[in-house]
Amino acid sequence: MPATVDQIFVICKHWLLGFAPAGVQPIFSALLSVVPILVVFPLLFAITTVLERKGLGRIQNRYGPNRVGPCGFFQPIADGIKSLTKEDVVPATADRVAHFLAPLLLVAAAFLAYAVLPIGRNMVVANLNAGVLFFFAVGSMVELAVFMAGWASRSKYSLLGAMRAIAQMISYEVPLVLASVVVIMAAGSLSTVAIVNAQVGYTGIWPHWFVFTPWGFAGFVLFMIAATAESNRSPFDLPEGESEIIAGYYIEYSGFKFALFFLGEYLGMFATSGMAITLFLGGWAAPFSFLTWIPSYVWFFAKLLTLIAGFIWIRGTLPRLRMDQLMSFAWKFMLPMTLLNIFAAGVWHFMPAGYARWLACIALVVAPFLLLGRGLQQEKKSGIRSYRFAE
Amino acid sequence: MLGEGILKGLAETARNFLGSYVSKDRLTTVQFPEERLPHIEAARSFPFLVYDGEDWQQGMRCVSCLICEKECPPKCIFIEKSKDKKPDATGKPQFYPVVFNIDVSVCMSCQICVEVCPFDAIKMDVEFELSTNDRFGGLLWDKERLAKSNAYYGKIHPTEAAAVDAQLAEERAKLEAKAKLAAEAKTATVATPPAQPLRETSETTEGSGA
Repeated sequence: MPATVDQIFVICKHWLLGFAPAGVQPIFSALLSVVPILVVFPLLFAITTVLERKGLGRIQNRYGPNRVGPCGFFQPIADGIKSLTKEDVVPATADRVAHFLAPLLLVAAAFLAYAVLPIGRNMVVANLNAGVLFFFAVGSMVELAVFMAGWASRSKYSLLGAMRAIAQMISYEVPLVLASVVVIMAAGSLSTVAIVNAQVGYTGIWPHWFVFTPWGFAGFVLFMIAATAESNRSPFDLPEGESEIIAGYYIEYSGFKFALFFLGEYLGMFATSGMAITLFLGGWAAPFSFLTWIPSYVWFFAKLLTLIAGFIWIRGTLPRLRMDQLMSFAWKFMLPMTLLNIFAAGVWHFMPAGYARWLACIALVVAPFLLLGRGLQQEKKSGIRSYRFAE
Repeated sequence: MLGEGILKGLAETARNFLGSYVSKDRLTTVQFPEERLPHIEAARSFPFLVYDGEDWQQGMRCVSCLICEKECPPKCIFIEKSKDKKPDATGKPQFYPVVFNIDVSVCMSCQICVEVCPFDAIKMDVEFELSTNDRFGGLLWDKERLAKSNAYYGKIHPTEAAAVDAQLAEERAKLEAKAKLAAEAKTATVATPPAQPLRETSETTEGSGA
């Protein structure tokens, strides 16, 4: 029985596929896989926006939205109606074509990334043998969309925001990919399905997730930091820093295009969170061996919501970084940490299993963390500014 | 150690998050239309015209001296002075405003009209829910809309209104005493010239162009 519930969507798909004539079956199959993703994740976006606003409100000792519908949960519907009925303003000097395409490209790129995410057992749109590579390749399309938006708007704020976004996203893409390399090394495959399968087993009741190894934990933390920067979320929200450049690259967008940017951004965040789950948190696998009767997709979405809650928590806590802090953090801390983490993963692989392996790998992760952290903190010390000519 | 401060901050925000569900005192939000804070006495929004007694037309204190109209920095007041005189609340014949308009979309709530008014006829209101779907007519308030009783003034600004009432009562008493004295003098000796008029109505002189 649990197996049937677990596979209910796969069974449904095959049942529906039986009605299609043989000629159109491949297209029909693709549609049946894609449409649920196109429905579920925007819905998740709608739920997340209201939960985020309520959560941030509580963090700031407010109520948050509580007017539309029960407890304010119909707020996204009101927001959607508002953005649909708003006037779509395009600046007179804007490049109309690029200006129009940028939000579409952003959303398309964000959706493409879901193709390789295993949402449940046997539930993946495309099991590519280079799935992780595909994910990061598609993820870098977001940068193109962002720069298109910034450039096509022909506005100073837009361009500044786009330049900041490009600088930030390229800088953090390096640690993002390098942090996931450890998992590829351990699993021996670029396929997301194979990576999840490598984490499905249990020792006693404990799962074999990569996050429960020293290099996996470090990799997970580094991946999540880089993912926060990739999705332009606080504290890395310089590209749209509201107090400085108002909304950055999408300042010249209004109405539904603006909503599309928001959607794209959140979809990107969900996709990278989903990737973090796939790589480090065992994908759809249950956290304890006695909980395997709960369907796999439930676990995936439970983990996804947990990570989203983490994102919201971080957003409610940290102030925005400065550009130089952002860059020095990427290149002086994240990059060396990820490189050393790869080394730690290699050591883990070649040492015989036992306490010595744990100690060596923990030392390899903690020592550079402490040293690099000290280096970063020493740099922060700045004295009182002195003026040479003013007395 | 790097990250220590971040963890501290996360703990603080988590405490806020959970605490806001446990203790109501943490939430400073006032759920506005249902809940309201008691209004602040020193608050002010837009001016209104004070009238004494029950009838707003008869009891209006404004004598149409046009000082507020001239002093108003954004020029939001428009007054048309009457040709005739009508008895005011005390029964004394006075000029009155035929038209008294304030455009509240122009008014900047500076209270200068209140400060220059020699008759305590214009005061600041505390009403702030003034939305209207008619942005021209709905924001141009006429005499009737502006007129509010002295009792209302006493309710919204108790301290200030008490002082104004005391001062007005004192002035009125003084005037009455003077009038009484004058009347007594009149009846006592017919030969002596009549006493000075109580209030010299300054003759309106054309501004010397030179």
